[in-house]
Amino acid sequence: MPGEKEVRSIKFGMLSPDMIRKMSVTAIVTPDVYDENGMPVKGGVMDPKLGVIEPDQKCETCGNKLAACPGHFGSLELARPVIHIGFVRHIHEILRSTCRKCGRLKLREEEIDKYLELLNRLKDRWPQLAESLSEYVKRRAMKVFECPHCGEKQYRIRYEKPTTFIEEGPLGKLPPTFIRDWLSRIPDRHLRVMGYDPEIAHPSWAVITVLPIPPITVRPSILLETGIRAEDDLTHKLVDIIRTNERLKEAINVGSPEIIIEDLWDLLQYHVTTYIDNEVPGVPPAKRRSGSPLRTLAQRLKGKEGRFRNNLSGKRVDFSARTVVSPDPYLSINEVGVPVDVAMNLTVPLRVTSWNIDEMRKYVLNGPFRYPGANYIIEPNGRRLDLRYNKDLKAVAEGLKPGFIVERHLLDGDIVLFNRQPSLHRMSIMGHVVKVLPGRTFRLHLAVCPPYNADFDGDEMNLHVPQTPEAQAEALTLLLVQEHILSPRYGGPIIGGIQDYISGGYLLSSKVALLTKDRVSDLLASINYEGEIPEPAILAPKRAWLGKQLISLLLPEDFNFAKEAKISSGALKCVNEECFWDSYIVVKKGKFLMGVIDKNAIGAQQPESMLHYIVREYGPSFGRSFMDKAFRLFLRFIEMRGFTMTIDDILIPPHAYEEIKEVFRRALDEISRTITLYKEGKLEITPGRTLEESLELKILEILSKARDEAGDLAVKYLDPFNNVFIMAKTGARGSALNVTQMAAMLGQQSVRGERIHRGYTFRTLPFFGKGDIGPEARGFVLNSFVKGITPVEMFFHAAGGREGLVDTAVRTSQSGYMQRRLINSMLDVIVEYDGSVRSTYGDLIQFRYGEDGVDPKNASFGKAVSVDRVVRKHVGWRIE
Amino acid sequence: MVDMASEKFDILKHELVPRHEVLKPEEAVEVLRSLGVRPEQLPYLRASDPVARAIGAKPGDVVRITRRSPTAGRVIVYRFVIAG
Repeated sequence: MPGEKEVRSIKFGMLSPDMIRKMSVTAIVTPDVYDENGMPVKGGVMDPKLGVIEPDQKCETCGNKLAACPGHFGSLELARPVIHIGFVRHIHEILRSTCRKCGRLKLREEEIDKYLELLNRLKDRWPQLAESLSEYVKRRAMKVFECPHCGEKQYRIRYEKPTTFIEEGPLGKLPPTFIRDWLSRIPDRHLRVMGYDPEIAHPSWAVITVLPIPPITVRPSILLETGIRAEDDLTHKLVDIIRTNERLKEAINVGSPEIIIEDLWDLLQYHVTTYIDNEVPGVPPAKRRSGSPLRTLAQRLKGKEGRFRNNLSGKRVDFSARTVVSPDPYLSINEVGVPVDVAMNLTVPLRVTSWNIDEMRKYVLNGPFRYPGANYIIEPNGRRLDLRYNKDLKAVAEGLKPGFIVERHLLDGDIVLFNRQPSLHRMSIMGHVVKVLPGRTFRLHLAVCPPYNADFDGDEMNLHVPQTPEAQAEALTLLLVQEHILSPRYGGPIIGGIQDYISGGYLLSSKVALLTKDRVSDLLASINYEGEIPEPAILAPKRAWLGKQLISLLLPEDFNFAKEAKISSGALKCVNEECFWDSYIVVKKGKFLMGVIDKNAIGAQQPESMLHYIVREYGPSFGRSFMDKAFRLFLRFIEMRGFTMTIDDILIPPHAYEEIKEVFRRALDEISRTITLYKEGKLEITPGRTLEESLELKILEILSKARDEAGDLAVKYLDPFNNVFIMAKTGARGSALNVTQMAAMLGQQSVRGERIHRGYTFRTLPFFGKGDIGPEARGFVLNSFVKGITPVEMFFHAAGGREGLVDTAVRTSQSGYMQRRLINSMLDVIVEYDGSVRSTYGDLIQFRYGEDGVDPKNASFGKAVSVDRVVRKHVGWRIE
Repeated sequence: MVDMASEKFDILKHELVPRHEVLKPEEAVEVLRSLGVRPEQLPYLRASDPVARAIGAKPGDVVRITRRSPTAGRVIVYRFVIAG
């Protein structure tokens, strides 16, 4: 392209009045916009010289059509100058540090020379220091009350919001004309010391004498369906300014009294101020007829919906899709299910070659409405052919030649990017392999829910199709899900088993899972296993296989692993291999010998698990296929066995409730004893607490002990191997506390870590006596979810529950803002090839990443190499 | 009360103050060369920093700091001394 230039630097400054006049293609002289025929008035704000608005119309100024005409500025000569609201701070600063008579900086000439020299030396290498030097100079000059140059006495100058400057001396209120003259008097040298470059931003230009009128393209009018023209906010504001300006001019010409001129001048100031910024403190915002404030210049740029954050930092893209997500355990974790309708709208450009021309012809022949087809063809000359409007697809297919580009439908095996907001970490956007499926939702494997933080209660996700071979290759090698199994957040797998996968793994791997040959065949068929079925572990009385044998088939042949299982606790605790309870996982030479699969073996977000080491030591590709197979196996098994929760799982016999009540009664006694102690002043004070706090703490402790006791009681009456317990113990879902709350009692409800005490005077609710600090009056819930809670208990439970909701609401907004600030401060800091962390300028941030240069994703126990694991891996065992 | 202004209190002996040393010009040049940076691309250390004053670092010097790190054991970092 001729005339192409490289941008080396950008300099920001102010427009000088001369510059504005030079840019101007027409002077704006009349507030009228359209004449009676609806044609734009010459000299009005819609003057055709300002640019074209209708297609095919030639611009009066540049002769271009709509697409090529950039628009042209006009100008408006103000009858009296006004202050630019954006620069009031600077004006105030300069007025205070310069002389009211001669305009010179209120420092001695030698000093100015000295500072100027220092400033010039600092400018290039320490721009920030130069800035603070200027600040210092100005601060010093402000303190001088007699001009060192002309000896004039100086006065304090007060700034009154929004645009008034008042001298606390003979002059009083300073009119903008006076301010402009003052600012113009300042010698250039003195301005430079203060940090202003008079060439590009002379302070006197901050007093507006000529207003630039932006081109019409900046403020297009919209034609409503009713045929009425609606003008842009800026146009409205400009008309206001011109009208006021005309009235002011008129008043001056006819010699109106000073007060009237002043009033009109202030009005002009108001209009110009709101034209620039409609959110100035102290200025009533200009409103539309509907009452909503106008969106003027500053509002167009500022904030989330402003030009910067919305249009420059954020962009909208093509080749993307969004819909609801739903689960599909039969996909690979690398895959994403894409609805046919979506696949027929998203396309991948493919260049026709002599090798693929037959395939391309088939797509073209199928056209845009038959899958798998094509939507567009791009000829070598750049012409785009929309196949939707082409009647003769056969001819188009015939005409296909190498060098053409066919935009074909999305096919199985294409790579796409998949994303769920909020995109908080890098695993929020990952590459998936397309699997086109019937239906209207995106399908994803359940194991990838944790990285996206997705569930299926109506979540929607976005999909993007990379268009170039480079982008596709990058997505395939760097972004593919399997490359993100290990998270840099905690050096463990973020993708792994959740919920039913864990329950299923436990059930299959437990000792009781004895499988007949039919069952074994069924299970192995579900993962398309090819190979020998191993010898059954049990030969008599009937040949039976253990679930552990099937799991062994999926493990690498040389894999060694040992760890306590999650269920290892209480009476069934195991700490090493010599243990009867089967809660210590032992894998030797790829054989699953002992223990059970639970959250500690395959759970998502569990570092140092079996899954972690499989992925770490055998690579992401093996890790992925292991998960695909193992999870499908677990699911098949849990389907065969059946898994549900019934009321019986948490129902305890009536006499157990009596026991629980007894536990509560004992707690009550203990509390009343404690209160007596407190009243007698004999209560032991907890260090660092007041007496009252000690009492509260003591009561809280007693009550929490009571709940635990009640929970233990309930557990005693429940089948320890019912499904609810299996879920809680294996870590699949829920906790022991949840079981306690369902079966035994809810326990103490709390707000801000304290018992609930606010409400009425000296009591929480009118059902209690004043000053009652017993458990029931302070939010202790004796009943369980199964038994049902009383209305009062319900109230306390809701009070405690509300705190949680408020907390999450507050936390998300706060952490969101923190994230934004962190990103803005660190977004282009990179780790260089030498291991150092640097900014884009090459400045050193860290001499070595994290001081040790270790990637947390590939670390274990915070180190690059874990000796413990290396020994275990190669020897198979280790002396504890 | 410890009198901070008095000469008796040596901050270099405090356990939270890592070892600082001013590099000789030749050493400094070598360090900058190996890191591939200009002096002002190093992190700064103000000449008015108590440790800088204690070891007599002047603007333009490069200071080596040897300190313990929870991740890497012992780490060596460098600072460029600036006025202020």
